[in-house]
Amino acid sequence: MHVPTPHTPLPRRPFDRSSFVLSATLAILAVLTIYGFTTFDTNGVDMDMALDMLGDNAKTLFFAPGLSNVTIEGLLKNLGVTVALGFLTTVLGAVIGMVFALASALNLAPVWLSVVVKAFTAVVRAIPTVLWVLIFAVSAGLGSVAAVLGMTFHSAGYLIKAYAESFEEVDAGSIEALKASGADWWQVVGQVFIPSSRAALMSWTFLRFEINFSTAIAMGAAAGAGGIGFDMFMASGFYLNLREMGAFTYAILIFAVLLEYVATKLHTKTMQG
Amino acid sequence: MGLKHTTSFSQMVTHMARIDFFVRQRIVAFVVFVILCGLVYVSIVVTEYDVAKGFTSIPKAVRWSTENFYPDAASFKKINKIATRLSDTIITAVTATTCASLLAFFFAIIAATSTRPHWLFSLVSRAIASLFRNVDVSAWALILLFSFGQSTFTGYLALFFVTFGFMVRVLIETIDQVSGDSIEALRATGAGAGAVITQSVIPACLPQIVSWTLFMIETNIRSATLVGILTGTGIGYLFDIYYKSLNYHAASLVIVAIVLAVLAVEALSNTVRRMML
Repeated sequence: MHVPTPHTPLPRRPFDRSSFVLSATLAILAVLTIYGFTTFDTNGVDMDMALDMLGDNAKTLFFAPGLSNVTIEGLLKNLGVTVALGFLTTVLGAVIGMVFALASALNLAPVWLSVVVKAFTAVVRAIPTVLWVLIFAVSAGLGSVAAVLGMTFHSAGYLIKAYAESFEEVDAGSIEALKASGADWWQVVGQVFIPSSRAALMSWTFLRFEINFSTAIAMGAAAGAGGIGFDMFMASGFYLNLREMGAFTYAILIFAVLLEYVATKLHTKTMQG
Repeated sequence: MGLKHTTSFSQMVTHMARIDFFVRQRIVAFVVFVILCGLVYVSIVVTEYDVAKGFTSIPKAVRWSTENFYPDAASFKKINKIATRLSDTIITAVTATTCASLLAFFFAIIAATSTRPHWLFSLVSRAIASLFRNVDVSAWALILLFSFGQSTFTGYLALFFVTFGFMVRVLIETIDQVSGDSIEALRATGAGAGAVITQSVIPACLPQIVSWTLFMIETNIRSATLVGILTGTGIGYLFDIYYKSLNYHAASLVIVAIVLAVLAVEALSNTVRRMML
């Protein structure tokens, strides 16, 4: 048996593609990151002063929140508008998502239809939600109609993919068993697909609600959708009121933590089956 | 006789339970449906969403888009500017994501059940991550505008914060799932904390870390567009300028560029993931 000694070099390790790809990816990311730092456009902002200010601002934001332009009732009402916007678009997205997921899961739909729907939804998802909202705003005007339509579009694109993937994981044996017993397409969907992927569907839908709550804040700030996002936009851009900003931040933080808690509970339940 | 009687009785009970199960299922489904409808109605009222206008707006938007929202010859003159802004935005997203992932890895190590020095570290680390990920990226952007103004750094930090919070959560799960046993094996040989991390945690988790980082880069390119609109930087700002000056042909070219970039990055990272995992 050949025993390597300090004098005989170890045999070369065979080429390992996965570790090569891993190292190459890391190297490229490192180069891009360093390049990113050297080309940052500071736009004339003094970074040292800004970093100093950041500490003071954080203190004001988190330790001295207060309302001045908005009452507490107004804050709660606008938080409600944002939550409602997130909820409405999630439900609409889920309904559309369900229909098209049935038409794009490979074990339910013909291949050509699946390819067409998947390609179309990939493009829908690639366009950021804010741009969808702004596109609809040209014909519907800035406001809740454009926000609902734009957010529904992006949610549907996301949920079609998520639902279709959940459907594709359904056990092929159960589908065949039901088909063999003479069940038609609708019965297979209703008795196998929906029941066996229900937990996954719910988990994805709730996750999307979490995302849509965040998006609803952003749409209020960037696309005139109202709600607490618009309040934050005013506090930041017009009143320059950090204390009010702090109050809004706490409001969205508390609600988001609550949502995340429920989502995690649902997700753990899905994982356990 | 007695045996026969019990059999038929138990059959009857099973039969009843079956009917009961289906009836109950239907009642539950109906109640859930009614509650959902109620909540949808409340949401429509609260958001002041005009349902009829919503339906009529879709064909209107399609008609308008086909008539006005396509890149024309004049808009292609702006392609260099769009490409520069887009690559700036992508670089910002990449930089923010990698830096956030790196920092998140340290926070995940002190928080994961299999590697934490004390449960208190876990609690603090999870709380910090929760704060950073649960304040939305647009809110961070608006907050950071106070200190950093309209510079790329505002967007960079906003993306960094949210990515950091998200990565801590997923990396804690990854560390606990992937390296639990090998950590125990290494500890049994008397390896110290440093050796455990460099010899077991990092090699076992690295493909997952890279995979999640690539996922967040995809997400962040999209978020960067939104942040750009709010902070006046990158491709989002360029879109906003064209959009507000009613130069829809150029604005549509920006969207085409974003779609191509997002799809390319998605395809690239899927390929890397397939070859790596």
